[in-house]
This record gives sequence, C-alpha cells and structure tokens, in this order.
Amino acid sequence: MKHTDSAADDEFSFDYGESEVEVTRRERLGEIYDELIRKPAIVAWSDRRTRLGSAILFVYLLMGTIGVIFYRAPNSNQVEVPGYPGGRAVPPFKSWNAILGSTQRTGEDILAQIIHATPDMLIMVLSGGIFATAVAVIIGTVAGYKGGMVDTVLTGFSDFAMSIPGLPLVMVLAVVLRPTNPAVIGIVLMVNYWSGLARAIRSQVLTLREESYVEASRTMGVSTPRILFKDIIPNLMPYVLVNFANAARYVIFAAVGLYYLGILPTGVQNWGIQLNRAYSQGSLIGVAALYQLIFPMIAIGGLALAMILLAQGADRLFNPRVRTRLAGESETIEGDEEPGASTQVMT
Amino acid sequence: MTNYYVKRTLQAIVTIWAVITFTFALIRLLPGGPLTRLRSQLIRQGVSPSRIEALMETYSRVNPDEPIYIQYIDWFGSLLQGDMGRSTSKPRDVAAIIGDALPWTLFISVVSVSLIFALAITWGAIMAYYEGSNFDLISSSGSIVLSAIPFYILGMLLVIFLAYEFEIFPPRFRSDPNLEAAPMSIAFIGDVLMHAALPILSMVIANVGLQALAMRGNSISVLGKDYVEVARLRGLSDRRISVTYVARNAILPMYTGFLTLIGFFLGGTVILEEIFTYRGLGFYMYSALESRDYPLMMGAFMVITIALVLSVYIADLTYGLVDPRIQSGDSSEAY
Repeated sequence: MKHTDSAADDEFSFDYGESEVEVTRRERLGEIYDELIRKPAIVAWSDRRTRLGSAILFVYLLMGTIGVIFYRAPNSNQVEVPGYPGGRAVPPFKSWNAILGSTQRTGEDILAQIIHATPDMLIMVLSGGIFATAVAVIIGTVAGYKGGMVDTVLTGFSDFAMSIPGLPLVMVLAVVLRPTNPAVIGIVLMVNYWSGLARAIRSQVLTLREESYVEASRTMGVSTPRILFKDIIPNLMPYVLVNFANAARYVIFAAVGLYYLGILPTGVQNWGIQLNRAYSQGSLIGVAALYQLIFPMIAIGGLALAMILLAQGADRLFNPRVRTRLAGESETIEGDEEPGASTQVMT
Repeated sequence: MTNYYVKRTLQAIVTIWAVITFTFALIRLLPGGPLTRLRSQLIRQGVSPSRIEALMETYSRVNPDEPIYIQYIDWFGSLLQGDMGRSTSKPRDVAAIIGDALPWTLFISVVSVSLIFALAITWGAIMAYYEGSNFDLISSSGSIVLSAIPFYILGMLLVIFLAYEFEIFPPRFRSDPNLEAAPMSIAFIGDVLMHAALPILSMVIANVGLQALAMRGNSISVLGKDYVEVARLRGLSDRRISVTYVARNAILPMYTGFLTLIGFFLGGTVILEEIFTYRGLGFYMYSALESRDYPLMMGAFMVITIALVLSVYIADLTYGLVDPRIQSGDSSEAY
C-alpha cells in the first residue's frame, strides 16, 4: 500500500509544509497523518479502481527508474534480426532482440524508446500536477475565505486566466521560452490550468467558512492562515486529490500532443515524437505502420488510465453518499470513522 | 435581474480588452518574444536595415521605435479596424486568413460539444438509473477506458482505418478541393459533412466518457436528496420526478464542466486540425508556429481566446435562465 499514492503523498507534504512550521506538538502531526493520509488511504484502497490504478502506476514507476538502468537506450540500427537490413521495420513479436519491433526508418527498438521516455514524463506529470493544485488551493481558499476585495481581485485574476484556452497559450510560451527541463515543461503546460480548479475550490470554501467550527475559531481570534490550514484545507483534501489526478492526466495529454506537433524541443525521447513518426509513415503505408503507433499509444493510454482510476477511486472520499454507504458495508472503515470527522455532511 | 446581465456583459468586454492587452504584452514585452524573433528573421533574410523597420510595422502593426503607450494605442486602433497585420509565411493579411478559417472551427466545435453533452447526459442518466447493475459496471468501465485515449490518438486511428484502409471518409481537408459544386448546394453540404465527420467523431468519442461519468455521479447524489424523497412521498409520477427533480439538478453542475470543455476544445483544435489537415483556426495557428509566422500566430491566438470568452459569456447568460438562483447573486461578507 505504501506505493499507492506516491503522487498523493508528495502533494500532501507540499500542502501542509507550511503548517508544520506552526505545529510544534508531535501529536498534532500524528493526528494530521491519521486524518489526511491513513483514513483516506484505507477508504480509497478498499476501492477496486484505486488498487488497479496504483498497480498500473507502479509499473510505470518501475519502468522509469529500474527499467531505464537495465534496458538499453534507443539508437539507430541497434536491432539485429536476420533478414532485416539495418534492423529496420522489424514487426513486433518477431524476435526477442526487439520484442515490440523496430522503427521503419531508423531501426530503433520501440520498447527502448517507450521505456526511456518514461522518466521525463513522470517528472512532468508530478511537477505540473503539484504546481496546478498548489496554486489552485492557495488562490481558491484565500479568495473564498477572505471574501470582499481580496476575493474580487483573485477571482477576477482566475477568471482572466480561465478565459485563455490552455493549449494555444502553452504553445506560444513553448515557442518563445523553449523549455527543456521536464519539470519546467510540466509547469508551463499547467500555466493556466489551475484557474478552473481555483474557482471550484473557492465555491467549496464559501460553504465551509460558514461551518460552526470555523466560526468558533474566528471568534476565538485564530489567525487567518491558521484557520485556512487547520480548518479549511483538510476538508478540501479529497477534492484536491481527485483533481490532482485529473490534472496529471491533462499533463500527459498536453505534453504528448505538443511533442507530437514538434513544438517542444525534439532532441529527447517522448511518446509524442514516436507518434509523430509513426503517423507520418501511416499515411504512406497504412495499416502496416500500425504497430509503431499502437505501442506508444498503449503507453500513453495506460498512464492516463492509471490517473483516471485513481481520480475515480479518490472520488469516493469526497462523495458523502458513496462514503456513507461504504462505511456501512465495511467494518474496517466504520471503526476508523469519528463522528463529524471531516467533510462528511450527511445529506 | 437586468443587473446580472449588465454586469456579465461588462465583465465580458473587460475580459476581451484584458486578453487583447495580454496579447500585446506577449508580443512586445517577452524577452526573445515574437517581435525580436521577427526582426532577426528579417535580418537573416538579408533585408536592408532601413527597410526592416517599415516591414516590421507592416507585419506586426507595431513600430518598435515609438514609446510603448503609442505602440499600444496604434496597435489597438488598427485591431479595432479589423487589421491584425500581415502574415510572413503566406501572402495575405492575417485578418483575411482568420476570417476564412474561423467559421469552420466554430462549426466542428459547436457540433462536437453539443453532441458530447446530449450523449453524456442521456448515457449518464441511464447509468445512474441502473446503478450497480452489470450494465452500469460495464459502461462505467467502458467510459473510463475511452477517456484514457487522447482525442488525437483516436483521430490517427480513425484516419488510418476509416480513411486509408476502408476509404469510408476522406482523410484530410475541410471539403474536396476538386468538387465543382455551388456553395450551399446539397452536394457541397454532404461533402463538408463527410470531411467533418472524422474530426467530430474523434472529439466526441474521446470526451463523452468522462462527461457521462460526471452526469452519473451527479444524478446519483441528487437521487439521494431529501427533496426527491419528498417528491416520491407526495406521489408524483416517476416521469415528473426524473425530469424536473433529478435531471434538472443533475445537469446544473455539468454547465461549469461545459465551459471548461469549450476552452479545452478550442485549444485542442490546434492538434485536431493538424491531424486532419482541416484548415480551420487551429490549423493556421499550428502552421504559423511551424513556420515561425509570428503575426499569424498571435492573431490566431487572440481570436481563439476571444472566441472562448464569447462562448463562455453566452453559456453564462443561458445559465442564468436555467438556474434562477444565480441572478439574485447574494454577495458574501468579508472577513
């Protein structure tokens, strides 16, 4: 279960990184761990989709870490199969030397290309996802909680960001900035993705801030950042998780799309570049080129599927009806649930 | 009541102004931005220094020697007259290229988005109705798998199979260039529809799954509300409950999703139209990016953005009709 939400864990550590400063007592940390990580993890893990999604994600993590070390890097004419000069256009499942076949023109091992594109992709997904959710949480909670002038300014800002279609803006920025570091690319891809999420979070905070425990903190004179980190953000966590996974899926699609178009620098390994070459040959030789298209496609679809499954699984944490029903069915969860623990407003 | 519409209209105008200003800033202020690149492009082409300034102004409608606010006013002024400069890669004005391309992009966008919503709402509602059944399980899994495939990959597969292999649909262009038919004749419209079929199909199939799942989730949570229970106790007919109580309330949150979808779609046309060589706004934006045609690139970017602002504006106005609560617009107290 530890590997489950590796993406989620990173995100969590980011979000209460600041609250750790003010928390001095050890129990408080333990409590945060209990409320934010252990219980949601148990609820999420009980879902088939989460387990499947985590398993798929784990495969990609292996590919991106161990796979890169042990599997050779793609190179021209690296495949040696009798009957294929230069190892070009070897069909898949023909030889152990290149199990997924080799490319039409350069004779590169397709499996090697797929594996060596993974680490950069994972870095992009992580940095883009963290950037988008973190900005959205900060702007959304502050705007929703503070209200008044602050709200008007921040909402106006996110409305403006929302009114620019993501991909064209990213393309213009990519052409001008020419980013090569995958972490930077991830952030550029999400440059205005956060805005929709910030709006959604703001409207949730608008209802949360009227809750009696928030009002209690306010009358006690607790500072605003403290209220945000202690009372508001923990309640949003499931929602943020779901959207982290959705954002990650968007990063995958956008990155591959831009690599496909050749707008991001092409000197690297990426599934989108593979797609580009395969598709341009597909228009010449038709279905015979399909295998070159299918395998990168499976790589993209698999990672996106993992993200969707994790999002759908995490959705249970948020949907009170699903969660109540689950709590009723499963004893492990029932034992963990405290009355009125978090968002669970029974409807 | 009118207040809401006036406010929203003003907001749309301000947003469009902000977008235009933002585009100007991108062109003018970004280090190594479009203008700098245009200049070095001209120098590389061996244009004499004395002519560069004049050419730059023809292309971009910005004269870099003048103070920045004059440049801004000039640029804004020519923009209001529908003048967006001149393309460096094609011998035409940017405005003419965009004016020719825009209707095609709007056509496939509007058709796809409407289809996605009609299908997703029906499909999602049916799944919610049969929640927990085998049908629900299979079709939820199906829609999850569908949404794991990006629309452009689906587009490539459709082209390879339906266009090259089985030759059912044409693989590229927005209409047959050899077709000798008067515009708006039956043959012409049929041809246009055949050409639009694959781009629309790939967008719809790739996006309908997640929307249907969202609709399913909404419907399920509405089904659990007290007012549905009360409606049942009042003995209202199933039909009335499902249409006026459940469907209406479940569709409302979809509206916000609808807005993001339009934005996503307009942005996605750049990839979509490149795959199908469909000469719409996105295609020209792509070809401008490829040939480093900065005036065309920024013009296309600006028009795509304004199209998005306007569609969100229209959607917001109609949202007010669907959900009367929005018009009361209760203001929130500041803490």
